[in-house]
Amino acid sequence: MGKVTGFLQYPRLAAPKRPVAERLKDHREIELPVVSERLAEQGARCMDCGIPFCNTGCPLGNLIPEWNDHVYRGRMTEAVQALHATNNFPEVTGRVCPAPCEAACVLGIHAEPVSIKLLERSIADHAFARGHILPEPPLSRTGKKVAVVGSGPAGLAAAQQLNRAGHSVVVHERADRIGGLLTYGIPDFKLDKRLVQARVEQMRAEGVEFRTGVVAEAGELRARFDAVCLAIGARVPRDLALSGRELAGIHFAMDYLEQQNRRVSGDRIPDERAISAAGKRVVVIGGGDTGSDCIGTALRQGAASVVSLEILPRPPESRDPTTPWPLWPLMLRTSTSHEEGGERSFGVSTERFAGGAGTVEQLHLVEVAERAGRFERIAGTERTLDADLVLLALGFMHPEKSGLLDELGLTLDRRGNVAVDVNCMTNVSGVFAAGDCQRGQSLVVWAIADGRRAARAIDAFLMGKTELG
Amino acid sequence: MRLPESRGLYDPRFEHDACGVGFVAHVRGLRSHDIVERGVGILLNLEHRGATGCDPLSGDGAGILIQVPHELLAAEVEGRFELPSPGTYGVGCVFLPRDPAARARCQQVLEDKILGTGQRLLGWRTVPVDEAALGPIARQSAPVIFQVLVGSTTDDEQGFERKLFVIRKWAERTVRESDIPGRDAFYIPSLSCRTLVYKGLLLAHQLAKFYRDLEDPRVVSALSMVHQRFSTNTFPTWQLAQPFRLLSHNGEINTVRGNAQWMRAREQLFDGRVFGEDVRHILPTITPGGSDSAQLDNVAELLLHAGRSLPHVMTMLVPEAWQNDPSMPAYLRDFYAYHACLVEPWDGPAALTFTDGRQIGALSDRNGLRPARWLETRDGLVVLASETGVMDVPPEQIARKGRLEPGRMFLVDLAAGRIVEDDELKRQLAQQKPYGKWIRDNAIHLDEIDDVTEVPGAPAPHDLLERQRVFGYTTEDLRLLIAPMAEKGEEPVGSMGTDTPLAVLSERPQLLFNYFKQHFAQVTNPPIDPIREALVMSLRNFVGGEDNLLFELPDHAQMLELGSPVLTNEELATLRGTHQIHFRRPATLPIVYPVAEGGRGLKAALDELCRQASLSVLNNHSVIVLSDRSATAHMVPIPSLLALGAVHNHLMRNGTRMRVGLLMETGEAREVHHFCLLLGFGAGAVNPYVALDSVSELARAGVLAGVRDPAVARKNFVKAVNKGLLKVMSKMGISTLQSYQGAQIFEALGLSAEVTERYFTGTTSRLGGIDLEDIAEECRLRSDAAFPRRRAPSPGLDTGGEYQFRAQGERHLWNPKVVTSLQRAVRDEDVKSYREYSDLVNQQSRGPITLRGLWNLIPADAPLALSEVEPASEIVRRFATGAMSFGSISAEAHENLAIAMNRIGGRSNTGEGGEREERFLRLPSGDSKRSSIKQVASGRFGVTTHYLVNADELQIKIAQGAKPGEGGQLPGHKVDAVIAATRHSTPGVTLISPPPHHDIYSIEDLAQLIFDLKMVNPKARVSVKLVAEAGVGTIAAGVAKARADVILISGFDGGTGASPLTSIKHAGVPWELGLAETHQVLVKNDLRSRVVLQADGQMRTGRDVVIAALLGAEEFGFATAPLVASGCIMMRKCHLNTCPVGVATQDPELRKKFEGKPEHVIRFMFYVAEEARELMSQLGFHTVEEMVGRVDRIRPRDVNEHFKAKKLDTSALLVSAECAAGVGVCKSLDQDHGLERSLDHQLLPEVRAAIEQRERVRLALPIKNVHRTVGALLAGEIARRHGPGGLPEDTLHLDFEGSAGQSFGAFAVAGMHLHLEGDANDYVGKGLSGGLISVRPPRAATFRSDESVLVGNVALYGATSGKAFISGVAGERFAVRNSGATAVVEGVGDHGCEYMTGGRVVVIGKTGKNFAAGMSGGYAYVLDQDGSFEARCNPELVTREGLGSEDAAFVAALLDEHRRVTGSAKAAELLARWEETLPRLVKVVPTEYRRVVEQLEEQRRAAESAAPTVDDPLPVPRGNRHSTEAE
Repeated sequence: MGKVTGFLQYPRLAAPKRPVAERLKDHREIELPVVSERLAEQGARCMDCGIPFCNTGCPLGNLIPEWNDHVYRGRMTEAVQALHATNNFPEVTGRVCPAPCEAACVLGIHAEPVSIKLLERSIADHAFARGHILPEPPLSRTGKKVAVVGSGPAGLAAAQQLNRAGHSVVVHERADRIGGLLTYGIPDFKLDKRLVQARVEQMRAEGVEFRTGVVAEAGELRARFDAVCLAIGARVPRDLALSGRELAGIHFAMDYLEQQNRRVSGDRIPDERAISAAGKRVVVIGGGDTGSDCIGTALRQGAASVVSLEILPRPPESRDPTTPWPLWPLMLRTSTSHEEGGERSFGVSTERFAGGAGTVEQLHLVEVAERAGRFERIAGTERTLDADLVLLALGFMHPEKSGLLDELGLTLDRRGNVAVDVNCMTNVSGVFAAGDCQRGQSLVVWAIADGRRAARAIDAFLMGKTELG
Repeated sequence: MRLPESRGLYDPRFEHDACGVGFVAHVRGLRSHDIVERGVGILLNLEHRGATGCDPLSGDGAGILIQVPHELLAAEVEGRFELPSPGTYGVGCVFLPRDPAARARCQQVLEDKILGTGQRLLGWRTVPVDEAALGPIARQSAPVIFQVLVGSTTDDEQGFERKLFVIRKWAERTVRESDIPGRDAFYIPSLSCRTLVYKGLLLAHQLAKFYRDLEDPRVVSALSMVHQRFSTNTFPTWQLAQPFRLLSHNGEINTVRGNAQWMRAREQLFDGRVFGEDVRHILPTITPGGSDSAQLDNVAELLLHAGRSLPHVMTMLVPEAWQNDPSMPAYLRDFYAYHACLVEPWDGPAALTFTDGRQIGALSDRNGLRPARWLETRDGLVVLASETGVMDVPPEQIARKGRLEPGRMFLVDLAAGRIVEDDELKRQLAQQKPYGKWIRDNAIHLDEIDDVTEVPGAPAPHDLLERQRVFGYTTEDLRLLIAPMAEKGEEPVGSMGTDTPLAVLSERPQLLFNYFKQHFAQVTNPPIDPIREALVMSLRNFVGGEDNLLFELPDHAQMLELGSPVLTNEELATLRGTHQIHFRRPATLPIVYPVAEGGRGLKAALDELCRQASLSVLNNHSVIVLSDRSATAHMVPIPSLLALGAVHNHLMRNGTRMRVGLLMETGEAREVHHFCLLLGFGAGAVNPYVALDSVSELARAGVLAGVRDPAVARKNFVKAVNKGLLKVMSKMGISTLQSYQGAQIFEALGLSAEVTERYFTGTTSRLGGIDLEDIAEECRLRSDAAFPRRRAPSPGLDTGGEYQFRAQGERHLWNPKVVTSLQRAVRDEDVKSYREYSDLVNQQSRGPITLRGLWNLIPADAPLALSEVEPASEIVRRFATGAMSFGSISAEAHENLAIAMNRIGGRSNTGEGGEREERFLRLPSGDSKRSSIKQVASGRFGVTTHYLVNADELQIKIAQGAKPGEGGQLPGHKVDAVIAATRHSTPGVTLISPPPHHDIYSIEDLAQLIFDLKMVNPKARVSVKLVAEAGVGTIAAGVAKARADVILISGFDGGTGASPLTSIKHAGVPWELGLAETHQVLVKNDLRSRVVLQADGQMRTGRDVVIAALLGAEEFGFATAPLVASGCIMMRKCHLNTCPVGVATQDPELRKKFEGKPEHVIRFMFYVAEEARELMSQLGFHTVEEMVGRVDRIRPRDVNEHFKAKKLDTSALLVSAECAAGVGVCKSLDQDHGLERSLDHQLLPEVRAAIEQRERVRLALPIKNVHRTVGALLAGEIARRHGPGGLPEDTLHLDFEGSAGQSFGAFAVAGMHLHLEGDANDYVGKGLSGGLISVRPPRAATFRSDESVLVGNVALYGATSGKAFISGVAGERFAVRNSGATAVVEGVGDHGCEYMTGGRVVVIGKTGKNFAAGMSGGYAYVLDQDGSFEARCNPELVTREGLGSEDAAFVAALLDEHRRVTGSAKAAELLARWEETLPRLVKVVPTEYRRVVEQLEEQRRAAESAAPTVDDPLPVPRGNRHSTEAE
């Protein structure tokens, strides 16, 4: 089905965005909706492959050819049904996922891949706008109780699935709001928090109980619940143990981003704790997504300049031959934040921070070359970079060991993540883990996939067989 | 004397035979010994139509039937007893066991029955035989042959003949059921007061030597009917020799299983009204163990003795195509319609000769698929035989000659002393009773019912969804199967084969339908083209209770007559609601059971259903509707096929089946395959209400392209199912639904014997499998998935993933990981990545997908070092790439494969699209793009002599895995200038490949084509490609006897450019089964050593190669895998021309994207070979040859975790082939093709000057029908030396006189002129490549040339250039698939110019029916003598018009040449009165061709006016039409 020659007829359309000058003035979402005719053409570009590599390129196994076809035919209701068949939160992945599906798209071998992510977002938005996101309570209750700890994408996905299978689910969240990194990690200009809120409302209506601001306690979890799903994320950030690290003005990216998200949500941040880029020379260490979010946020706060540092060499402009289709391509990625300003340095390593009066003023940098997996400094390339605010966006290491993991007596893997078996269960019977806390830091789409997988495993654990897909 | 028992995969039920038939008779019944001698003479001249097995001195069987030789018998028994006058005694030929005691007991039985029926035993006569005349195998199995003489006790000869019949049946059954040792040898070839049979396991020339009587001048007869057999085995089976008691048969009854079953059911309605008490003794009508022909003979005998005349009986059993023939007189249609209420046709190719001793006749099947030619002499002899020229008759003695036309009967009435023509004969038959009135008064047509019932509207979408769930619908079902049917009225098309698990290996609940695989015709009988030859096809069916077959009354016609077996909801409601008289309203029985009760609940429901069915019969309902409308999430439907099978077989068993018709009202049926199964297992019609409601909903939702009206969408759906049904029937060579119904043309794969025996009685299931418990478990799984008890059901349907990969759907062998790891391996030369690939494929880690996935290899106790195994470079020489035509794949992809395979010494295959000549030449780089295997398929595209001589192997594609039994179509938009040139066609014009090879309707035809190819290129080996199905081993044995050098067994799952989805999934079986069976049967027949056995079909890894070798193959084919190595990513869009990686497309832009390199393919082949070597070292084999057939090294692995797989028993595949010492188990002997005995071979020295020095040579010589394929060897020699251009005109001129054998002038090239004075058999000018052929009647002949048949069927098949002048009438399918030759002929049979794509044909005489069917190119000019041409021309692709001045000049010049070359009086006459002739000439122009030619002409003119000239190929429109490309 689909349009057989669509891919030969229509060029790829990327998501349209607000102009940079305009979007830097606020924290609202950058991407704009697409009119339905254009969207249908994008759906028509799908070749409806015999082996749709997108379908396995996506960790969720999204039924991409199906909804591409539905969009082509203007069947938005069927499209969102197909989307929800595998994905609890397409409005999220449609915004923040790097879209490995598009990297795997067969059309991408010789041409521009199908705009899968754009289609996903558009379908989800259409459904939200029409009020089609309705509660789906279970037909019957099993009487089993499941605790989900952590309310990031993994926890939410697990909770929603388990509840729909008839179990009584209580989500435990340490923070004051539900959503984990969705709420406090991802900037509003990428993901409008009202969407997260809408999902929470849906889940509440389905019967999920949310407890925020609570520290889950092992004994209580074991005593009061038939199963526990840990989805506490990998919150311990990677640090840079360099001389001068103690200087003021050096922060972990997540602390910085969380504050801004809170502000947008209406919280007041006490001045003494406030981190702001306004008027400052900002350096972001780490060229990943978090780093990019820091750039966008800093620019919106009115930074005087933003420089981002990446230790890896500058990737090629297009797919590197070492990562052939359908692999995730090694290539230079320019995020919306990069479009907005700032400067990017590659192949550069920070050797120390320098400053006066206890505040950071300068970074000492050196260029490095990668040899046999190690970075070697290139003598003679030393330089300094002035900075008032340094944001460390070097990724996360593993979950926090102290507290719940210790109390439960869980075995960890070599990298410090919770070890689980093929059924997502930890060494403690009835205790499961999903998302970054067992996988290590990863994509939202993986978190949702893990949450769904854990829910299946828990359902089977409780009932002997599972009804979850 | 009988066939061996089943063992391993061999089953005697699969045996086939084909033959030469003939008779000679004196019209006025003058008896003479000469007639007997002439009969024997005919046999000798048909000997080449028979075959020998491993023992060249033992034939497959020959025999003769004559009138009772009273003079001989009287003299022979003189002194012992006295014979009464002729007609008052009967004589029987009796085969008896050799053991004297057993023999005595058998004789005693016979004597008892003679007395038991009140007749007199006169005595016995030992038949004098000479066993020295027999071959060793025949001698070992020879019976003792006596004649028994029985005296009549009545004056009524008819009554006496009936008593003799009773005696024979009774005695046969008594012995069969006795404990007499050697009772199998007891057999009575004939027992009659009129006729006597002499037959045995003989070659033609042995017959008269063995039976001394036949040379005895006292043996006189007014008729002799002879038969020469070609069977697919080498087993000693005396009793399968023919003639039988009434008839001889050249052909095959495709529907025999159904016919026999229905006959058994009908017997239950017999009462004492005809045979009285004796009725007990004549049953069963059909003697167990007989061949299809023998069974037909059994039934014919019964009906004859019950009182119908023999012509009447034969017309009933083998009716002509009456359903769609508007020109047929009404009385005759009524006659056929009435008899259709009594009995279904015995359907299949047939030339039948029959006699009761007073009349002798012949009839041809409705499609004329077996040749028969006749002549009448001036002194009253009539000869009819499979070939012309079997009896020497001086030309001036010939009064008339003709051929048996499709569906026609030919009868010599010896008593009346004349030939009765078909028209007269059938008029007599039809007017015996007021059949028309009976039909009109009694039969019911749905559309004639006036009290139509309103049906409630379609269900609400929500209810529909629930129903769809109940029956396990997936989004794929709706998207890929149902929607296209509702849009276009056609079955959807797909490509690249299937790679999902067999149903029994799947972990997803499977519909019971998926456990059945369709059978199809190959070699022993042709599939039919249901589109182009629609006139023989019919879906008309009669449903209701039947009456006693032995007589005829008006009541017999009380049946419901349906035009289509798909009932709409409205029709079913009407049927239920009608109060129309004569029709007892249908009983509806629910077919549901509580899912919670599992297998026991299912069993109980089935038992209750059967009980209810019997009650309905008792209550006089004549129709039962099995309905699952009441199904819910809890009361799940019994699989409809199971319910049907239960009721059908239950009623069969208790003898009441014929009292009711069965209709299905089921939500389950949605695919064509489902309908095929329901009808094929006995349903009369099916109402697929959920499918119909789904179609309505799709239309309403606006999802269907171009169809908004639900009623139109439903109509389209029904049309698509009907078309699909016709296609599936035609694949098996079955023309009528009536015969298909209940014929069970399926094999079960994965069902337990318990299930098949009880519910699908008679169906082959060779691996065992699931039982009722498991079927119930699948129902439960389906119900659980669709109706979760806790979770709200998802708002849509399950995704499926059967046709296209889905992560959450069915497993596929080709999945993203497999594809990418293979591509990485060959691109980066990454062995590790290949390992990853082969592990994924071999281990089938997520559960078995293929049969080989169920096995482990048994390592040797002492493995070999890798260095001791033959090198990979040796192994890759055994590898071939599959047949993929240039046209289905791009030039880039095609040539890439050829270069790669040539570099490594393997073989690439042209596919069926020909090959550009420049590829025959080596490239400067040393590479070669020449495909070493040249395929010869049904379309014969590009098959020129030059093509054939440039091959190392010539492959006859009988079938292909993805769509066995089907033809194909290359749509015009894919035919660009280059492809057109290669295929000798016109750019932009659609090309059609017919389903059958029109020169292979039987095994002896295949032998002929093999001989033709060998003649034209003796250096090439000839291979025959078959597809695995139950019985393929037996076919292969026949193919080996037909002298193929290589037999290729393809799996059903093989890839394709395009094929209906039904065929991709449901036709044929895996190669493991076909290969194992073939190897076992070939070894059993000691034929294995004569042929190379090759296997292909989703072959991917070294392990696959090793398994194939262990099962019996020594060569291996790969197609999809090397394509994937070249960049294919399994789009499965080959049929759409949109392949985004340039593999399967002709779009110039997309072709640029092809990135494959020969190295990729070579690396793949070597990786596979290296993997095989490693396994060989573990198994302890040095060479591939050592491995062949070593099934002892395979053992089933533990699959206990899989609830279905664990029930499979593959041990039948792992039976070591039985063989005596000295029997070869792999190819070691060359076939004896007998080329050096050919006429061409003898001519070679005499014509060498022409061939070598281009000197003009002219020879005159006699020719006989045993001289076959004359000219081809010389043509091949010329093409080899002089290339496609051949020699200058008339360099080699041969004048023949006599009757030419088959394939006269085949492949003749430019510079050759073969002139024949006399007549010729089939295939004149086959593959003509530039030569000139002329045929004229003998100068002494007195018959009119335009009324007498001069050449046989299928002349000029696949001709590409050259000329033919035939001064006489040709048979069926003249110039079929002609693409460039010019011909004049003075009359043609049916289907003239079929599938023609080029060239010009002038017909100056009568044409048969269906002229120009499928004709897409070239022109025909037809003399419309009597204004009847319009009705005879198939208008689908062509238009008719008058001749323009250019045409007129062309035709006039050609006729003048015809007159000069052949001396044609007709041509002279027409030219003399040209002014009168011209207006009567009609030009036949293919519509599409006209458009393209005009376009080309326009371009040429434009190019001429605009200098400089550009050689621009025709712009090919880019389109997206679905097409069915052949391979």
